[in-house]
Amino acid sequence: MIANHLPTIVSDPRSGRVNEPRPDVLRLEHLSVYYDTPRGPVHAVEDVTFSLHAQERFGLVGESGSGKSSMALTIMRLIKPPARVVAGTIWLETTNLLTLSETQMKHLRLAEIALVAQGSMNSLNPVMRIRNQMALGLTDHGIKLTKSEMDEKVTSLLAQVGLPPQVASMYPHELSGGMKQRVVIAIAISLSPKVIIADEPTSALDVVVQRQIMETFKNVQAEIGASVILVGHDMGLMAQFVQRLGVMYAGRLLEISPVREIFSQPRHPYTQMLISSLPSTETKGHFTGIPGLPPSLLNVPSGCVFHPRCPLAADRCRAEVPQLREVQPGTWVSCHFAS
Amino acid sequence: MTPLLEARHVTKRFGGGLFDRTSTVALDDFSMAIAGDAPSITAIVGESGSGKTTLARLLLGLTAPSQGSVLYKGKDLRKLSSDESRGFLNDVQVIFQDPFEVYNPFYRVDHVLTTPIDYMHLAKSRAEKWTLIEQALETVGLRPEETLGRYPHQLSGGQRQRVMVARALILKPRIILADEPVSMIDASLRATVLGSLQKIKDEFGISIIYITHDLTTAYQIGDNIIVLYRGGVAEAGSVDLVVRTPNHPYTRLLVGSIPVANPDQPWTPEAAAALPNQKRGRTSCKFADRCPSAMAKCLEQTPPLYQTDPHRAAACFLYEDAPVLNNEAMDNVLRVNGAVVAG
Amino acid sequence: MATTVEGGARRARYADQGNWRDGLDSVLQYCRRNPSLVIGLVIFLLLFLSSTIGAFFVDLENARPISVKPLQPPSWEMPFGSDKQGRDLLAVMVAGTPLTLRIGLIAGIMGVSFGGLIAFVSAYYGGWLDALLRGIVDVGLTIPGLMVLIVVAMMVPGGLSVEQMALVVASLAWLYPARTIRAQVLTIRERSYIQVARLSGMPGRMIILKEILPNLLPYLAASLVGSISAAVLASIGLEVLGLGPMDAPTIGMTLFWINYNAAVINGWWWWWLPPIVVIGLLFISLFLMSVGLDEIANPRIRRSI
Repeated sequence: MIANHLPTIVSDPRSGRVNEPRPDVLRLEHLSVYYDTPRGPVHAVEDVTFSLHAQERFGLVGESGSGKSSMALTIMRLIKPPARVVAGTIWLETTNLLTLSETQMKHLRLAEIALVAQGSMNSLNPVMRIRNQMALGLTDHGIKLTKSEMDEKVTSLLAQVGLPPQVASMYPHELSGGMKQRVVIAIAISLSPKVIIADEPTSALDVVVQRQIMETFKNVQAEIGASVILVGHDMGLMAQFVQRLGVMYAGRLLEISPVREIFSQPRHPYTQMLISSLPSTETKGHFTGIPGLPPSLLNVPSGCVFHPRCPLAADRCRAEVPQLREVQPGTWVSCHFAS
Repeated sequence: MTPLLEARHVTKRFGGGLFDRTSTVALDDFSMAIAGDAPSITAIVGESGSGKTTLARLLLGLTAPSQGSVLYKGKDLRKLSSDESRGFLNDVQVIFQDPFEVYNPFYRVDHVLTTPIDYMHLAKSRAEKWTLIEQALETVGLRPEETLGRYPHQLSGGQRQRVMVARALILKPRIILADEPVSMIDASLRATVLGSLQKIKDEFGISIIYITHDLTTAYQIGDNIIVLYRGGVAEAGSVDLVVRTPNHPYTRLLVGSIPVANPDQPWTPEAAAALPNQKRGRTSCKFADRCPSAMAKCLEQTPPLYQTDPHRAAACFLYEDAPVLNNEAMDNVLRVNGAVVAG
Repeated sequence: MATTVEGGARRARYADQGNWRDGLDSVLQYCRRNPSLVIGLVIFLLLFLSSTIGAFFVDLENARPISVKPLQPPSWEMPFGSDKQGRDLLAVMVAGTPLTLRIGLIAGIMGVSFGGLIAFVSAYYGGWLDALLRGIVDVGLTIPGLMVLIVVAMMVPGGLSVEQMALVVASLAWLYPARTIRAQVLTIRERSYIQVARLSGMPGRMIILKEILPNLLPYLAASLVGSISAAVLASIGLEVLGLGPMDAPTIGMTLFWINYNAAVINGWWWWWLPPIVVIGLLFISLFLMSVGLDEIANPRIRRSI
């Protein structure tokens, strides 16, 4: 494989930027992940290609069943049978993550890619003090610090997420949901990884706490210079947090666009319908949803995966899978009608 | 005119047993009334710890208040005869939050629709039973042939929740209490469930109590709104007034924290608390420690609800020049139909 | 809007979805994926039916004493040899195993049924009834079961018959299931679908029967398996101590005679080996069944979706 450590060239289509060479920190190419079930394979992720630039905040939005969580777990190589990667590559700078052994991958997790998982505040060990849990990640990666150095490091990490030093000696049950989530973020940044994947990090939190957490997350990400993939279904949250947004549906990426573009001028019919179905505090009583239901991933529709529900569906859509094409610098759409 | 369902100075305390001094007050001196005549949708909005779940359980009679009473047609829920209980079950129905947990995984979804008909004797024959069920499903926009005979896991969250609305319809209640009905459903499917609720209020004259933490959907569907904070009412009134021009600092904070689906409308910066580390007295405004407009008075007294508009009241000393809300006016404050926008 | 006639046709279609043929299909498919349960069941059934099957190979009358030449090592005529009292040991095993299993089954089923009933009522209704029943169960569990059984067995004049043995064991077998099933019912009682049922006008006893019980069937089955093993062990224990039915060729009684005649010291290995193997097989089968049932009851350890 040709070395990919050079910054992507101006005309490289996958970087999504013209005239601004930005190195890609993470690049997924034609990734497909299936779940094996007695009734056949479930196409959780199908032929997904996108790249994550350095220090960028990228959002991956989709409803349940769109494959976004499977994708997040696959990037971390945390999927287990019956799920398996059927095709594709995941490049973390110059390394193909899918070719690494589990031991090599363990070194990368937390150090290079960190995960803030859904409901992660429930994954704090209830019988360990916060300080010890934060130290675990560090010591597991071979960082040897004296007790006072460790305490200093823990205190500084807590300060970065806006928590007072006393939290270090507390147990998880003594903290509120928002504080626990901050601790999880602190653990995720403890080794200054290049990529942080956050899978619905605020789903169980109140809207006020959610705002505080996301703002903290934004600050912290800028401080350590990491890239973030925010996976979720809340378009409002995406609008407030990410710089580029990818829309997933039934395992496929339908559209990738800078965030302002995607809200002002959505190209894909699904994105358009999704945005118009969002309730707001501006107008009352508009109850437009998207008619129909997401397809079964066991029996994926032929051609374009959205055609059964698309108002523009034509014969071509039933027959041919649309490719993800750059219709404008930085905007990628997978639709036969977008141009 | 006796209200259909009323909470009168209800307080609910948890803990604080013989050997446990600490108790939490989940709901503090809460009063509200749902009239039987004109249907309306009242949204009750609060974060976790606000007491909204406790309120739902109290209104349904699933738990008893520590002080005060919940009245159904003027009679205390705890003292209903079995006939009156039956009437209560008929008149007040509920839609729960988790669209999966409400289904017994052993049965098909038909089970939740047939059970109330069987046990409350709502149909005289099998034909009538199934007609009732089909009509209810069609009202909520579901096709019987695609819904009946399926197991819960074969339907989407939105469909399951709509089946629950259909179930509530079959019982022809006067009030439906919807406890976070769309929070566990995908954004694009929420509109269908909310639309069904709106429709049954318009077509069947059923009042809805819509409990949520999501101010946006509360605004979309509600006529009136009550904002709860830590067991007390912060602000109440017409949904247009409260959400678009909030009075209470907490409501302002809530509205400002909604992530708007527009990158050019960022979160409004959160103002810092005015008196952050002061100790609150035995009675105080519950928001005093976070409030950017807190005054010394707020730490020592609990503000009553001041009527700052004909159709809105806020419990904040910033408005102490306005008249204190009394019981009759409370009726007025919340008595807003969808059609009339308070001025 | 559907007319009643049309509606009737549609309703017939709903009923079609999932008839008994589909059910059988999915059961068979499941068996392929859950070998433990199937193997365990097969072994248990073979042991249980051993007297029926064995009657083709050996004369069951020879399980009585003074039927054949005593203390013969295994040979072609007597594959398991004979014991000191002149019993054909193959006949003994074949005739006795089902008897032991029968005790286990009767006591186990009675234990789980009665214990389950107490558990459901206690957990669902709560209050003073729950406190009372729980108190009885907790106190009962602290009493050494074997001791009680010994005392009871000794009080029955003339020794116990097989059926009486089952009843004696059952009298205590319900305590443990009462406690464990109660815990399971408590977790289900708080589920939303129970609240929905209550709000639909379902009375308590129907909720127990129709909403809670079906969801606990795998757990009850697993409880039954545990109960059976405990009952078998208890009956063997009583018999080894000499309190069992003296004339029945049950496994426990065989062990008693082995002990009485010091078969181990005397080196009559063909006598003590078969009962041990049979007991081993029995408990392996019970274990496999419980592993298989655990997979049904606990979806988290299912290996495939």
